[in-house]
Order: sequence, then C-alpha cells, then structure tokens
Amino acid sequence: MKDFETEENADRKAWMGLLARAPAAELAALWDGLGLAPDFAWLRAPEVGGVMVRGRAGATGAAFNLGEMSVTRGSLKLTDGTVGHAMVQGRDRRKAEIAALADALMQGDRAGTVRKGLLEPLQAAAEARANRRAEKAAATKVDFFTMVRGEA
Amino acid sequence: MYVAVKGGERAIDNAHDWLAEERRGDVSVAELSIPQIREQLALAVNRVMAEGSLYDPDLAALAIKQARGDLIEAIFLIRAYRTTLPRFGYSEPVDTGAMACDRRISATFKDAPGGQVLGPTFDYTHRLLDFALAAEGLEPPEAATAEARQEPTPHVTEFLDREGLIQGEHRPEADTPRDLTREPLELPAGRPLRLQALTRGDEGFVLGMAYSTQRGYGRNHPFVGELRIGTVPVEMEVPELGFAIEIGEIVVTECETVNQFTGSKTEPPQFTRGYGLVFGQTERKAISMALVDRALRWEELGEDNVGAPAQDEEFVLYHSDNIQATGFLEHIKLPHYVDFQSELELIRKLRREAEERQRPVQQEAAE
Repeated sequence: MKDFETEENADRKAWMGLLARAPAAELAALWDGLGLAPDFAWLRAPEVGGVMVRGRAGATGAAFNLGEMSVTRGSLKLTDGTVGHAMVQGRDRRKAEIAALADALMQGDRAGTVRKGLLEPLQAAAEARANRRAEKAAATKVDFFTMVRGEA
Repeated sequence: MYVAVKGGERAIDNAHDWLAEERRGDVSVAELSIPQIREQLALAVNRVMAEGSLYDPDLAALAIKQARGDLIEAIFLIRAYRTTLPRFGYSEPVDTGAMACDRRISATFKDAPGGQVLGPTFDYTHRLLDFALAAEGLEPPEAATAEARQEPTPHVTEFLDREGLIQGEHRPEADTPRDLTREPLELPAGRPLRLQALTRGDEGFVLGMAYSTQRGYGRNHPFVGELRIGTVPVEMEVPELGFAIEIGEIVVTECETVNQFTGSKTEPPQFTRGYGLVFGQTERKAISMALVDRALRWEELGEDNVGAPAQDEEFVLYHSDNIQATGFLEHIKLPHYVDFQSELELIRKLRREAEERQRPVQQEAAE
C-alpha cells in the first residue's frame, strides 16, 4: 500500500494526521471561526470505536499488541460530490465531523481558506506545545562535569 | 434441588444509593471534576489506561471517579467499556525511536547521544511530605526551559547492536501477533503474546515477579540500558484511503534492559535484552515488564530453567491479569448458600459417623 504515497497523498496524510491529533475544543473553536457551513450528506455517520495499537519487541523486533485507543471515524460527501474522511483520536463526534468536512474542503477550491484558518493555526499550536515540552526536557538534561582532585 | 432465593432487590438498590452518596463524600467539599482527575492525578489515570488496555485519559479519569479511587475497580470499568467498542483495526507498530522524549535516561552509558534527560521525575526527591501542597491556591514554580533538541533521540541499544555485542531483534516473516482480546490465552504463548499480557498486567504482580528475579529466583543481571517517556504518533492504514495516516498520539514509557549472557551452543557471549513498553508515564511498570520479559526468554536463549516463578510462562501469564484475579477472588464473597449447605450436611454426617464408631469403644472402656 505504501506505493500509493504520492506527493498528493503526502499532503493529505499530513492534514488528516493534524486533524486527528488536534484537541477537540481547539479544532471546534477554529472551525466555528471560519464560518464555513457546507451542505453535506453522511456516507458513514460518526462512529466511536477502538484501534489496537502495536509496538515492537525491543523497539525494532516482532510486533505485539500494546493496547487499544479510542477513535471516532466518519465519512461524508459534499453537494459537489467530494468525499471527506475522518479517523480521529478520542470519542468526540463533532471533532470527526469537522475533520471530515475539512478533509473534503481541502480537496476543492476552498482549500486555501481551510489551510489558512484551520490547519496552519492547528499546526502552529501543536508545534508550540511540543516545543514547550522539549524545552522543559532540555532544561532537565544532566551536564556532567568531572571534579579535578589534587594538584593539576 | 435448586431453590431460587429472592428478596435482595430493595437492599441492593439502597446499597447503591448509599454508595453514590459516599462517593460524593462531604457535600461541603467541592466535587472533583473529570479534568481535575485527568490533570492532577495523571499517574493514576495512566495506570488505569495501561491495565485497562485502553488509551483514553478522560474515560480513565471518569472510571477513577466512579470507582472512588479504587484503581482495580476503575480498570474493571474500562475493560468492560472497551468490549463495547467496535474494533476498527490495528495500528502500525509505533516507532519509539521517533519519540518526543520528556525523559530519557541510561544507566549504562553516561554520554549517550541525546544525554541524560531527567524529565518530571520523583527521582532525587527526598520523599518528605510537602505541606505546601496542603495549602490551596499556591502557584507551582515555572519549569525552566533550555534550547529544545530538534533531532530524534537514538536508542542506546543501537550502539551495542552496531558492534554486534547485543542479541539482535529480528522481525519474523509472519509479523501478525496473536491478540489476547480476540482469542483465549494458549500456551506456549511466544514473546509477542507475553508482552501483550505483561503490558496490561497488574503493576504490583509484575513488580513482584521482577523483584523476585533480582533477589535470585531466576537472576538475569539487568542494567537499564535505556528508559524513555514521551509522545509517539500512532499510524494506521485506512482502507478508504489506501495509505496510512496518523490517527492520534500517545504517551508511552519504554524500558530496554541490557542483560548478561555467557553464550550458548549457538550464540557467542553477548548481551541480551528485556523489553517493556507501557501506556502513559509508568516507569516502575515498564522496568518490571522488561525484567519479567527477559526471565521468560530462558528457553529461546538456551538457558537453564532453574524453576523460578518468573521463568514460568504459565504461572506468570495466568496470574498477571488483575481483572481475572479479582473476579475469581471476589466471587467467593457472593452468596454460596446452597454450596455451603451441602458442605455443612457433609461435615455433620462425617462427625455423626465418627461419633458412632467411637461409642462402642467408650462403652467397653466404661465396663
């Protein structure tokens, strides 16, 4: 399946991942601010389920089942026929709806609006959060020094 | 004869109402919210997610509130809930090498690339009660910051692996692990199934088993080669799309132990590995898991079975699950009136028979 990862897919993969990871409240606030309310029909109404997360023995060896995480998925179709999919972390149906709408709109002529008003702020917020943690982690890095004893 | 006994309904209803009242406690004290539990009792939330085997901090926090802080009861609630979720599929194995590390330490290499990053740890605290926390409204000190590391932090075992000094991890050709949540546990389990059982196993049990190996029951000389805690993305292939996307991100704790190994008929002397990977910030559990994983690998590494409990796959795997254990243990407090009645009858009969056998002897002695 990896063969399908064209450049276009890489872009879609990036925004779907961003939407999936976004905190539901942050996503909803940005979406509401956009003022977009496209008509759509559900192909698959939002459904809460579980995905079994896997790890690898010794980080790189045989796969094993680590435990499940909760996700919500949904698929919809805009009136122009564009299909949007969502598979997002958590149990928030509205989050899945917004993510599927954003996925559909990103494939059409309103992509610029969605990118600027939704994806870019989400990306900036996610990066700021990650960076903040990384900065705090860096401050707890041990600086070893050797005590020189006796005459130099 | 089976006799149905009824009449408990009213007592049960009233007991549950009282439970709800006791759960709330003194109403003049503010009620706990789910976000408060999620944010301020995060390590309890992490344990419930790990052993409940469902990554969902809000649900785990709700379960802790409902269970009045009884974590095994909370884990039970999560396990029950997760059985109601449709399974959408399996993720790609998470890449812990790409982890955004909050904490990363090595007990074997002082100068490991990426360094010793302590993170928000209890280590080096003096374990003295901090009465300042008893006062409300105190703002915590702001954590210091330094320039963030941009590149991913390499695994410590990679360095030993490059020199061939540690046993390699090989991906089997058929890399679809068995799943405890889909089929009953059958032995021999194999390492992937053992790791699944250990990561959701009871922290106290896995800790006790790990400790037993340190005390000599199946000693395996572990060093914590690396312990890392942080965030990893979870990727899954979505059939509608035909490619994998990130469906979220999770915090995990990973422990890799480096263990001594003197070699066997087929392997040269080299280090071997134990592995722990657990949801959330759960390092006691992850280290314990790695030690027990290593102990259970005696057969594949050609070591002797010294009869230690931690080497016994059946013993470890069949007793590590606290929901199975508590279910069987606690059921004995539920009504067993009919069972017990038959035991009572049996004891009375045996006593009667014993007394009858003794009676002629006593009479003879009296004569």
